[in-house]
Amino acid sequence: MPKLALFLAILPGMALAEIAPEQAARLEHIVTQDCGSCHGLTLRGGLGRPLTTEALAGADPATLATIILDGVPGTAMPPWRPLLTEEEARWIADYLTTKDQR
Amino acid sequence: MKRALALALLTLLPLPALAQATGDLGLVVERASGSLLLVDRSDRAALTRIEGLGDLSHASLTYSPDERFAYVFGRDGGLSKVDLIDRKVVARTMQAGNSIGGAISDDGRLVAVSNYEPGGVKVFDAGTLAPVADIPAEGKTIGLVDLPGRRFAWAVWDTGEVFTGDFSGAAPVVTSLGIAGVNPFDAVLTADAHTYLVGLFGEKGVMSYDLWSPETPPQKFLTDYGKTGEDMPVYKMPHLQGWAFTEGQFALPAVGRHEVLWVDSETHADRGATPVHGQPVFIIAQPASPYVWVNFATPLNDTVQVIDSRDHKVVATLTPGKAVLHMEFAPRGAEVWISARDDDRVLVYDTRTREKLAEIAAKAPSGIFFTARAHRPGL
Repeated sequence: MPKLALFLAILPGMALAEIAPEQAARLEHIVTQDCGSCHGLTLRGGLGRPLTTEALAGADPATLATIILDGVPGTAMPPWRPLLTEEEARWIADYLTTKDQR
Repeated sequence: MKRALALALLTLLPLPALAQATGDLGLVVERASGSLLLVDRSDRAALTRIEGLGDLSHASLTYSPDERFAYVFGRDGGLSKVDLIDRKVVARTMQAGNSIGGAISDDGRLVAVSNYEPGGVKVFDAGTLAPVADIPAEGKTIGLVDLPGRRFAWAVWDTGEVFTGDFSGAAPVVTSLGIAGVNPFDAVLTADAHTYLVGLFGEKGVMSYDLWSPETPPQKFLTDYGKTGEDMPVYKMPHLQGWAFTEGQFALPAVGRHEVLWVDSETHADRGATPVHGQPVFIIAQPASPYVWVNFATPLNDTVQVIDSRDHKVVATLTPGKAVLHMEFAPRGAEVWISARDDDRVLVYDTRTREKLAEIAAKAPSGIFFTARAHRPGL
């Protein structure tokens, strides 16, 4: 279900804290279960590449958020824009790049 | 005194029959916790939980011919042999870094695993899990199935190449069947082992291989379906293992579309499409009936639809629970078991009334595998 474009104006650099705890739990669930369908439940890779913090070392969260939203044409990575706001994609990007250090 | 006598008697008697007939048992994959739930189909109940299977995301399993052992293929490359009678893991090997599924040979002697990292197929002794053969591939292998005569078939996602491997002799004989197309995502074997169908993700179409007459060139079909409409993002790869073959047709998931496609199984001619609730993941024929059951990709995965293969009409729409991942039929079709991952439940439905008969608690259940699979080629 496409979300309203309410958050489209959110600027890059938003902190993790901008997301309410219930919403964070939902996003974490999406990462594990839905991203996990291709990237593995533990994010160590599958049809999609590994998404562990180690594998993403040096990756720019803003770029990752764009990949999440728009997908990677010519590959199996779909655009998640119909299901996620920009704020949510950025939260996931921040989460992926830092989760193993928390 | 009495107690002593009883104890003495107990030690004299043969061991009580711990063994349980396994023909109506099954295993439910609990993907997040790396465990399996052993279930009893007749009692519609869980018997026990078997733990220590590693990363079971996208896990599948296959059964030994005697229905005593399950071979479990974990995402993390773990291959585990589970004893349904002793209810425990009896052998386990980390055979690759990342794997996707496996198969057992027709004689039950060999277990083959399809690996992503490093890509290829590895073959093991079904008794000991000792390595027997290692067939590297130039990419991730998908769609591994068993063929008659101690053979297997598989395809490679990255290169599109399709192979058969014959493991009946002293050394394996691997034969290339050529390139199916761009990015094959899964493949399936018809129950008569006649046709190996390879579904393509990177281009429209399905490639069909005639395994009874290997000299026959493969045929590509469904190459132009959906050209009139926009394809949607694919949030979950469809599975082909449950592809339904019914009424002389293949019922196929339309990749990126809310449609089930019907194709004549002989001529591969288009027989129409059924608009459905979401992007199909599994399309499974209800045994001994004209019906197929369909589940859907996220975010429309709370629904299951039933389609009549004669007129291609949706005859029922059920909402069994949150995140329906899999459906498994009793071998004669009376019941269907449905896993609802986000409800932590397996739901049992009567297929005639389509009413719910029972619920079984399970931790984030995904695949459901009844032991009757032991006797079906391609599973």
